[in-house]
Amino acid sequence: MKGNQSQSALKKLLYNIADDLLILGHRNSEWTGIGPLLEEDIAFSSMAQDKIGQSLAIYELLHQLGEPHPDTVAFMRNANQFHNCQLVELPIGEYQFSLVRHFLFDHSLLLRFQGLTDSSYEPLAQVSQKLVGELRYHVMHADSFIRQLGTANEDSIGRMQTALDIAVPYALGIFEKSPEEEQIISEGIFTGEQNLYDAWCREISKTTSLTSLKLPELNPEQAITGGRQGKHTKHLQLLLDEMAEVFKLEPGAEW
Amino acid sequence: MKYTKEDILKWLEVVKDPEIPVISLVDLGVITNIDIGPDDKVLVDMTPTFVGCPAIDYMKKEVEEVLAAKSVKFDVRVSFKSHWNSNRITEKGRTALKKFRLTPPARYQVFPDLDILKHATCPNCDSQDTEMKSPFGPTLCRSLHYCNNCRQAFEQFKPV
Repeated sequence: MKGNQSQSALKKLLYNIADDLLILGHRNSEWTGIGPLLEEDIAFSSMAQDKIGQSLAIYELLHQLGEPHPDTVAFMRNANQFHNCQLVELPIGEYQFSLVRHFLFDHSLLLRFQGLTDSSYEPLAQVSQKLVGELRYHVMHADSFIRQLGTANEDSIGRMQTALDIAVPYALGIFEKSPEEEQIISEGIFTGEQNLYDAWCREISKTTSLTSLKLPELNPEQAITGGRQGKHTKHLQLLLDEMAEVFKLEPGAEW
Repeated sequence: MKYTKEDILKWLEVVKDPEIPVISLVDLGVITNIDIGPDDKVLVDMTPTFVGCPAIDYMKKEVEEVLAAKSVKFDVRVSFKSHWNSNRITEKGRTALKKFRLTPPARYQVFPDLDILKHATCPNCDSQDTEMKSPFGPTLCRSLHYCNNCRQAFEQFKPV
């Protein structure tokens, strides 16, 4: 675990995770003030706060490994330097889209951190244990709304189904392997994207099977990938410009 | 040695959770370790309830102020080495939460069964005929509930 090579594999995995958290956290925060119900406004705002805090915890790990300060990493990179999957950067759309994305993504996130509690990189295992407890609430929230809106009436089922059909190919991109994948597995840092994908298929099917929603065929060949290598939709740079607007006015400012 | 760990815990009892001002940081369980170095320097380890908790910097500052007022040398560190869970809340803390009309988190083994959330005990009438309205409340550590017996909305400190 000490070699330079494995350190770069570890960093790559940490960037994937932290960037996913930061970008989805920012997207969730866009519901603050405009949620369809007061409780949902609060829920998305809380999940935004959780996820951005969680991203900070991972950027701190990277900082300890010699990467720049978390603020610099969060605010000063361009879109092509981000490693998040494309799913998380898509605009919030209508509520059903944000909900379906939250469902698809957060199941993968909970499973990922559950797996990482056994990571050979001890600081990551420690943080993961902490995050698993918090993320259970995110998944619980997602599942309860998928169940309600996936069974309520024709309108809600139709809207959820459309959102699911659009989001699934992007969700398959969560599991895009990096060139360092083999090393990440052999070093015991993480059990790997394939294992995560298999577990994820089982978990999301469990919830959708209780509804009238049809899970689109989960065919890895239809995955929309590239995010992990810095290839993004046009939406990410726009998000970053907005997120960093104030920071960039005076990068060294003490708040 | 001029002071013991117990003295320091006692001093820190005046520092309350800024969002729930009836419970001290000690009873909340966010003070994870206290050491006194050979030069009488006090080392305090703290950990946030939730990773994204915005109150942790504020709490750290308050701890530092208490120690500074006692004219001791200190170092207060925030880390996840020993992480917080809701079982760390003391009995005294639980009583204080209930008096504040906030349901204390149910104690659990290994990890919390989320079903316990759906039937949180009402802090007003002690009924268990309650339902969860949302796992997210006014702060990261609270969920929203409704009591079918006394017909009051209430909040619970989430078991984590």
